[in-house]
Amino acid sequence: MHRTGALYGQFKTLAQQKDTASLGMWIFLVTEVMFFGGIMLAYTVNRHAYFPAFAAGSNTLSLKLGGFNTVVLLASSFTMAMAVWSAQTGKKQLISIFLTLTILLGFVFFGVKYIEYAQKFHHHLVPGRSFDITYCVNNPNQCADISAADMAVEREEIAKALAADPNLNSHAQLYYSAYFGMTGLHALHMIIGAGLLIWLLNGSVAGRFTPEWNTPVDLVGLYWHFVDIVWIYLFPLLYLIDRHK
Amino acid sequence: MSEQGHTEHIVKPGTYLAIITTLLALTGLTVTAAYINLGRFNIVVALVIATIKATLVVLFFMHAKYSPRRTQLVIFAGIFWLAILLFMTLSDYVSRVDYHGAPSPSSQVTHLRIRQSS
Repeated sequence: MHRTGALYGQFKTLAQQKDTASLGMWIFLVTEVMFFGGIMLAYTVNRHAYFPAFAAGSNTLSLKLGGFNTVVLLASSFTMAMAVWSAQTGKKQLISIFLTLTILLGFVFFGVKYIEYAQKFHHHLVPGRSFDITYCVNNPNQCADISAADMAVEREEIAKALAADPNLNSHAQLYYSAYFGMTGLHALHMIIGAGLLIWLLNGSVAGRFTPEWNTPVDLVGLYWHFVDIVWIYLFPLLYLIDRHK
Repeated sequence: MSEQGHTEHIVKPGTYLAIITTLLALTGLTVTAAYINLGRFNIVVALVIATIKATLVVLFFMHAKYSPRRTQLVIFAGIFWLAILLFMTLSDYVSRVDYHGAPSPSSQVTHLRIRQSS
């Protein structure tokens, strides 16, 4: 059975029923704020204690890829908002179109994230035994994807960071643990979100969402926007620590 | 109030377009600002811009501006609790004598150096 907007006995109106549902969603999102907040706090404490390592680690990330993904995710929030608008105004075909666009943008984000993660494995920047922040500057021929100019900058930066913190390699692993932990949990949320969007698309193609009843679109929208907000913070925290020269 | 048949506020596409444009402009601004040396204020600027972006998303994309008061109260309470978490923990850390430059686990010490380029 599909719930298509029947009024349950404990509510007086459909509007009240929907307000209650979105209140519940917000309470869940508040628990998510505390979840990501705790991780960002751990990040802040370590960043403050080991700033040279965090700055050097941050500068090994690709700002182009990270910036591109930020734009992709913001755009997906816009298409999600438009899907909610289409549902509220009864434009049944537009709901499916905007949901599809949102899913596609989500997958573009995954694709770019995959490229970034693969690069980090390749560059020996995954915390563990083979972690070596000097790997690329010492083996430039193994890191052909870094341009000569960028490599020269990286060499200088890592030399400076090593002078400031002789134990740079273990502290840079703290940065990379934060990077993989935070972006990994964020990506996990996006995978769940993409699953929910596909479920919504199934419903919208069947024409289930109407101006009177579109609660699932609205609530998944709240979740998707929340995941976007997490990235809004992750982008400057991870990619923009120490870009100025 | 919702009990008296509160009607849903529908945010117009034009508003969404204005918000997404602002969000993209602020993303550009935060990258630009990161390339300017503001010393310890770089992080302040970055977080202020991120918070403006997050606020726009919450108010318009997530309709919090048009939500019932009690939903707004839940959102506010969540942010307030997060502020307690951050403020209390960080005020503990920054007032510890051994926090800055704390010695790292010596078992992890590896002596790296950069080879001279030929």
